[in-house]
Amino acid sequence: MSVEASRWCGQSVERVEDAALLTGRGRFIDDLGIKPGTLHAAILRSPHPHARIVSIRTTAAAQAEGVAAVLTGADVTKLSASLVVGVKAPVACWPIAVDRVRYVGEPVAVVVAASRYLAEDALDLIEVDYEPLPAVIDPVAALDAAQPVLHDALRGNLASERRFRYGDPEHAFADAAHRISVSIRYPRNSCTPIETYGLVAEYDAGEDSYDVLANFMGPFSLHAVMARALKVPGNRFRLRTPPDSGGSFGVKQGVFPYIVLMGIAARVSGRPVKWVEDRLEHLAASVSATNRVTTLEAAVDADGRVRALAWDQLEDVGAHIRAPEPATLYRMHGNLTGAYDIRHVSVRNRVVLTNKTPTGLNRGFGGPQVYYALERLMQRIAVALNLEPVEVIRRNLIPSGAFPYRTATGALLDSGDYVKAFEIALKDGGFDELRERQAKARADGRVYGIGCVAAVEPSVSNMGYITTVLTPEERRKAGPKNGAQATATIALDPLGGVSVHVSSVPQGQGHRTVISQIVADELGLTPSDIRVVTELDTARDAWSIASGNYSSRFAAATGGAALLAAQKIKAKLVKIAVTQLNVGADDIEFAGGRVRARGNPDNAVPFSRLAATSHWSPGLVPTENQALRETAFWTPPELTAPTEADEINSSLCHGFIFDFCGVEIDRVTGAVRIDKYVTMHDCGRILHPGMTEGQVSGGFAHAVGAALYEEYAYDPDGNFLTGTFADYLVPTAMEVPAPVILHLETPSPFTPLGTKGVGEGNCMSTPACLANAVADALGLAEIDLPLTPAKIAAHLYGEERAPPTPQAAPAAGKGRVLHGSGEAQVSAAPDAVWRMLLEPKTLEAIIPGAHGVEKISDTHFRADVTLGVGPVTGRYKADIKLSDLDAPHAITLTGLVTGALGDARGSGRITLAPMPDGGTLVSYDYDAEIGGKVASIGGRLLDGAAKVVIKQFFAALVRHTGRTPEKKAGFFARLFGSGA
Amino acid sequence: MKPARFDYIRAADIAEAHAALADYGKDARVIAGGQTLLPMLSMRLVRPKAVVDIMHLPELREIAANGREVRIGASVRQAELLAWPTLDENLPLLKKALPWVGHAQTRSRGTVCGSVAHADPSAEIPLTLVALDGAIELSTRRGRRRVPANDFFVGMMSTDRADNELIEAVFIPTKKSDHGYAFQEFGRRHGDFAIVACAAVVSDKATRLAVGGVADRPTLRDFPALDGSALDEALDAFAWTLNARDDLHATARYRRELVRRMGRATIEEARRCRA
Amino acid sequence: MPRLSADKRHTVRFTLNGRAVAAEAEPRMLLTDVLRHDLGATGTHVGCEHGVCGACTIEIDGVPARSCLTLAVQADGATIRTVEGLAPEPGRLSVLQDSFRRHHALQCGFCTSGILMSLDVYLRHQSNPSDDELREFLGGHLCRCTGYVPILAAAMDAAKRLREAPADA
Repeated sequence: MSVEASRWCGQSVERVEDAALLTGRGRFIDDLGIKPGTLHAAILRSPHPHARIVSIRTTAAAQAEGVAAVLTGADVTKLSASLVVGVKAPVACWPIAVDRVRYVGEPVAVVVAASRYLAEDALDLIEVDYEPLPAVIDPVAALDAAQPVLHDALRGNLASERRFRYGDPEHAFADAAHRISVSIRYPRNSCTPIETYGLVAEYDAGEDSYDVLANFMGPFSLHAVMARALKVPGNRFRLRTPPDSGGSFGVKQGVFPYIVLMGIAARVSGRPVKWVEDRLEHLAASVSATNRVTTLEAAVDADGRVRALAWDQLEDVGAHIRAPEPATLYRMHGNLTGAYDIRHVSVRNRVVLTNKTPTGLNRGFGGPQVYYALERLMQRIAVALNLEPVEVIRRNLIPSGAFPYRTATGALLDSGDYVKAFEIALKDGGFDELRERQAKARADGRVYGIGCVAAVEPSVSNMGYITTVLTPEERRKAGPKNGAQATATIALDPLGGVSVHVSSVPQGQGHRTVISQIVADELGLTPSDIRVVTELDTARDAWSIASGNYSSRFAAATGGAALLAAQKIKAKLVKIAVTQLNVGADDIEFAGGRVRARGNPDNAVPFSRLAATSHWSPGLVPTENQALRETAFWTPPELTAPTEADEINSSLCHGFIFDFCGVEIDRVTGAVRIDKYVTMHDCGRILHPGMTEGQVSGGFAHAVGAALYEEYAYDPDGNFLTGTFADYLVPTAMEVPAPVILHLETPSPFTPLGTKGVGEGNCMSTPACLANAVADALGLAEIDLPLTPAKIAAHLYGEERAPPTPQAAPAAGKGRVLHGSGEAQVSAAPDAVWRMLLEPKTLEAIIPGAHGVEKISDTHFRADVTLGVGPVTGRYKADIKLSDLDAPHAITLTGLVTGALGDARGSGRITLAPMPDGGTLVSYDYDAEIGGKVASIGGRLLDGAAKVVIKQFFAALVRHTGRTPEKKAGFFARLFGSGA
Repeated sequence: MKPARFDYIRAADIAEAHAALADYGKDARVIAGGQTLLPMLSMRLVRPKAVVDIMHLPELREIAANGREVRIGASVRQAELLAWPTLDENLPLLKKALPWVGHAQTRSRGTVCGSVAHADPSAEIPLTLVALDGAIELSTRRGRRRVPANDFFVGMMSTDRADNELIEAVFIPTKKSDHGYAFQEFGRRHGDFAIVACAAVVSDKATRLAVGGVADRPTLRDFPALDGSALDEALDAFAWTLNARDDLHATARYRRELVRRMGRATIEEARRCRA
Repeated sequence: MPRLSADKRHTVRFTLNGRAVAAEAEPRMLLTDVLRHDLGATGTHVGCEHGVCGACTIEIDGVPARSCLTLAVQADGATIRTVEGLAPEPGRLSVLQDSFRRHHALQCGFCTSGILMSLDVYLRHQSNPSDDELREFLGGHLCRCTGYVPILAAAMDAAKRLREAPADA
């Protein structure tokens, strides 16, 4: 496209999407009408990180008001096949638990009912007996042979291991002046779109076909995975998307197992089934980025030049290898040298399974994990060599004029001038002023640090990169995978109107607007003349496996395909115009809504009239020139399959980012304040500056969240702790400052429009940049995300003095296990207390809210209990065992309570000592632990709540055995004075 | 995430509210602004048989000051108290603390007494009541009683309210001219539950610090008019008695340190305010 | 309203964007569900159902309110405005809506309705907010797309335009 033709591209035109969205007329999945009789699904989820399902009783639920069907794993395995797993490992991956649960939140049963309210009512009636198994949460520990194994057929938890070698890393390390390394534990987080998953599934028994409307975002390679799981050919699985989707950032890829699950639910119930995920489900069990343990070592010359890198990456994909994982680990494979000219690389990649939610796409997809290690390393090199960090970056950047540049691991960096962009950023962003500001702050006694980061932002993924996880031999057997088809269709209607369809499935990025700009420029129209449709229907629209909205592929790939489609139809229109205007094809131009002879604007025909010709007067047009509808497929030839040497051009385009920032740390609270943030982007040609800024500032906000606030946290036992937006902390306008955004535009030679992706860069660069600044402020060698105030303050505060009164020391706690102890005097003698302890009616009296204690044996009891703290009460089944009986001195009481709100297990040793007055000193010492729903949503209050329940128990014990409490506060203070 | 079923009673007067609470007993929950109750209903953490709406009782809508104390009725919303024209002259501590309660979009509906009834250990309003020797007025069909705030909050989300009692109002003593008041809070994000919140009330003779977010209820300590390292020692001792624990957002040690440091800063701010 | 029994639907009447409406709801039903699925006002979105994200914010009796934290039966007799009631007429946007469009203050638009409703009330009472005041107020909303920068700019611009020509609201 020539520059003078770019009337619309490059302008921040108002978005065509906005009028509807601003007036409440968006068409999100839950806004669309449903067929009469559509049922609503709710999902019962595992409260356990790891357990065997002993039995599931669904009869009561199936008979409940409004319920049409209840499904469990057995129903699903009967009617579907396992989701295809992307590594060679003997594991299945079902959308619902089969015999065993492996993470908190894993679906266990599905109820479909007349409304969501009734479906949730019925969930309460399903009884599941679990046999809890030990869980493994830490990815390093999961490799230990002594740890629990998630998938027995795999024999361990290591699902994949590959080693790679590029150049001559051994030699480079042997010769290096310095060897400098970092060890990183990158946490789990997610971009949590504000709209959750949603879908409506239908099954047509007559045609054995599924029709699902879902806010799925692609990649549509997963269509094949879903169709195979549903055991139908691709043309009997129609997948449609709604016109609007409320954000995704990769996450809505993860709706796909639910598409299969609800497809089966619709089949079983014989009616359409709608399911809208709620926020608790989303946080606990949708999908997350991978957590990764990385050791990265550099061979460094005396002047700070990096000669070689040795990567050791341990990727935690959670409880199942769910497609497209382990793609997170391989997406960056071509880019393991970042923005630097490093020729020697060794890599060890391992994929491990743990009792956590399966991972998937998330903005940045592999980039945050890689750049956190690489850029923390560059900062450590600067510190070790006593160099300015920007100088270390400068000395290692890929030199100007070296593009296209083939990295050691196989990426072909399309274009750029990294050194120039870097120098512009330092100058225009005011780096020297920032150093002065820091010096002044430090002189004032403030804690201030500066960080910087350079990164290459890959976009337009090669659909073949994931096969790098296979050995060359395995790949030869499977056949080469490569490319990335983009699709656009352009149609002319009988009034000459232009409609465009692209298979990009946006979630708010403004694709309809940009496509209208591109096509308007090509056809000499205005964007408002072009109508663009972006919802996708696999039964009707042109699409391919790369369709969808991920790997920042829109501007480069989809936009390019739209241009090619417009050019195709334009070429035909030119041929028609030649006959109507009587000039040569080279003299035809499209401008101002007209098609005219160059140099003679009066010799013109309105575009709409020309465009309508093939509808109304096809006889005037030779068959090959009929201009009605054109589809362009575009796949870049540069996206080749992995080579025999495992080199992979994992992405087509590569933007450049250089960020620096200043942060100040509050001495009292340890809170990080971002004082200044500068981010330079070269994302190739910019089609819409306003949207580009929006992508950068939006990605920046996600990165601020990942760096400072967000983590999908698990306790060491596998309980999930961040199940609400009160504990999973998404930054607000109070926490996100405005970054200074700078641009350099170096068009990509590989894309039709010269464009590259821009949406993910800051998710890759910013966490490392902020961490480098915090490390600089505090002089830290190692620091892991999120940079919470408590974590940072630990480095600010000195050693804590011992407590003034030793008895006030808090009980030590390991993980989330509560420890406590206490004692009380009761009037009854030890013998009497002992006898009471062994009687069911004592248990009935002392267990808070117990009804109907059933004696199984002398030392084993079962009861229904109502437990609660304040208003939060629930009914539980309690199983109580007495052991280690030492009459009448000591006894161990072990209890397990399970219910809809979660489960608790505890063990207490009770000792009885005679008192001089004939009474007994009852002492107790307990461990207790709580899991399940209450752990996920009430973590902040949980320990306190557990203490309340335990207090109730022991207070009742004491009361029952003969002591009358005098005054509540004093009684509790005395009984629990040792700080339970 | 939808509530289980319950009856709904919109009380037209206090007698109706009392009658409903008497009928349903522990199976009733009072709803005022609903900002805390609704999430608990939707998560099915609470499953009352009845929800009693007290927002349409004219006698509970009033803020009344008599020069000695301020009576805040049970259906007065947090935003209404914050917008009360004489808040600062009557209750400067509330003026400082209320902006920390949730967000403007929840203060607009949430009530002062609702926060008191819920008794979250991190909540700001219970903390200010304890710091200021406020009281809670409870009533049943048979009568009414007034409970000092420090006795009312007995633990995690647990209060001295009996199942059939209605919180009609809270009473908060009016500002004393020779006292200084200060409030400081730290949470991960603004509007989050406090990791530590401190309210200080000082006069020339006494220094009081109340702390929320650490123990299972707002906890106060009266110090003599200490200064310098003696105050640090006293704060250190106080911090240890609160039995802080590690949780997702902060360590026990971090909380103790904030009690020491922020506690001192709050006391000093209150002294400056007095001066 | 007398005692409404748990397992029946009851008529709830309120004013929605200037019109009297009625819906049938069980006591437990959330106002979000009744607005969206019974009255078809789907512009109010559900993001978390626990009052944190702000997507469902509407105006009830003149103040911003989370409709997910409101029972439909509580709304009986109330005056409610939702995003559908913001535009002065079909095809025309309010100053606030137009400022959002000009500043690209929305991407997916899912959180936008709630933010608009909050700001619409706020700017009526606070015509000249500072950046800090505005940030604190917007702290009651989560947006995952924009990074808030353009939202703040749009709100500031709307405040300015409304000060200059208040009748255009």
